[in-house]
Amino acid sequence: MAAFTSYVSSAGQPSYSFPQQQSAPSHASRAPIQHSFYPYTDNGGSTLGISGDNFTIIAGDTRSTSGYNINTRYEPKLFRIGGEGSEHKGSKIVLSVVGFAADGHALKERLDTVVKMYRYQHGKEMSVNACAQRLSHILYNKRFFPYYVQAILGGVDEEGRGALYSYDPVGSYEREFCRAAGAGASLIMPFLDNQVNLKNQYEPAAPQGLEKPQLVPQPLQRAATEELVRDAFTSAVERHIEVGDGLQMMIITKDGIEEVFSPLKMD
Amino acid sequence: MPGFDFSNHNRNLALHAKGVPLPKATSTGTTIVGCLYDGGVVIAADTRATSGPIVADKNCEKLHYISPQIWCAGAGTAADTEFTTALISSNLELHALSTGRKPRVVTVMTMLKQHLFRYQGHIGAYLVVAGCDPTGAHLFTVHAHGSTDKLPYVTMGSGSLAAMSVFETQWKRDMTREAAVALCADAIQAGIFNDLGSGSNVDVCVITPEKTQLMRNFITPNVREKKKRDYKFQRGTTAWLDERVVKREEIRKYVSVEEVPVEGSGAPVVGERMEVDQ
Repeated sequence: MAAFTSYVSSAGQPSYSFPQQQSAPSHASRAPIQHSFYPYTDNGGSTLGISGDNFTIIAGDTRSTSGYNINTRYEPKLFRIGGEGSEHKGSKIVLSVVGFAADGHALKERLDTVVKMYRYQHGKEMSVNACAQRLSHILYNKRFFPYYVQAILGGVDEEGRGALYSYDPVGSYEREFCRAAGAGASLIMPFLDNQVNLKNQYEPAAPQGLEKPQLVPQPLQRAATEELVRDAFTSAVERHIEVGDGLQMMIITKDGIEEVFSPLKMD
Repeated sequence: MPGFDFSNHNRNLALHAKGVPLPKATSTGTTIVGCLYDGGVVIAADTRATSGPIVADKNCEKLHYISPQIWCAGAGTAADTEFTTALISSNLELHALSTGRKPRVVTVMTMLKQHLFRYQGHIGAYLVVAGCDPTGAHLFTVHAHGSTDKLPYVTMGSGSLAAMSVFETQWKRDMTREAAVALCADAIQAGIFNDLGSGSNVDVCVITPEKTQLMRNFITPNVREKKKRDYKFQRGTTAWLDERVVKREEIRKYVSVEEVPVEGSGAPVVGERMEVDQ
């Protein structure tokens, strides 16, 4: 029973080997009461984007959650940006947003308006790289009351190559070949690093040693990429409770956007 | 010394005050149900165990053995449900031996509530106790703080509201065994699909005065689909800097080696095979 008393000094007060934090008296009668309002919620879900030689694929699950509840099994996280009218006819840019769904919607409305105004004022379509930088500015504009989202923007650049940009909530952005975001990002991203950028893979035929060359990433084919995306999501669904219900995929090429929907597990 | 060891209590309190968070326990954010019927009692559970938003076990067992005719479904902290039921099961066996009678469900319920009340809710076990004894078929719930209920149909865990909605719309008096099993399975499935803390398969246990039937993975509505691509790596893909071959004879110097026969080799297989995908 010596272990019971070893942490208690003779005064009966616990004695510690490090300085104690001074805590305010919690039962003081006139202690100030702090009220708070937290305007953000996390709606779960996951998104991912991969760019190829002449296409970009952006995908996201369609589950919206709050806590242990499912708000809906079909709430798209992928949005067409620009194009004509509310149908976005002829659009070649896709924005995916994951995190706080209400902010995601607000952000997509802002960017869509900007891209449409650009065409009205300049008489030409906005390029993806211009749109990407504009999105960064929209996010940074709210630096101290951010849009609580991780955004991924996809399209085809002016040379016809697949373009993919990823963002943090306050506008830091980067062009990449692949990116996963949201609840399942930590499960999906390592898989993508290995399968898309061929990380931790070396030339099998080469002899062992420090000189053994790494495998060089090759441009992905569209069909293989779609399979990779599906496998990434079915795996995330297995191990993350906030990912599931449906998989929405948008494939952007020089000819426009193709949308594919497929079901995921619902448990 | 029997019982819990509290020697780290003060240290942990101090660490917590400094802002060190508690380690995350595996919780069975669960759906468990029970239902009395004409000739016995049914209990059922889902099979998902979670740690925060991550699925820790896709096919865990939440139906615990107490005695041949008394079983327990557990929700809450996985370790607490496991150890509490094991402890009560052990004490009940001794009790049955010393009294020379078949154990009763009320006895189990009383032992559980007294044990849990003593720990003021710190043992996070939420249980559905069911079984048949000489006085008939019984069904109880026991909460972590020690309160109990005796009802014809019960639900517990994070999916309890989803499951109870099924009972409140479909339950009838004097059901048959088949109807009671189907109703419990439906209630669990409501939890599996509508509560994120619950998922995977349905386990069912039917207890009658004559026998107990445990139906592990009674329904499997969430089988993983086949992967689209093959992820087998070519031999030589992984790089290494140094290679050393240790012969079996040499390794015996450091560890004990036991030969385990492979399934299908004709030799008897020792132990349970691990569950893996595909």
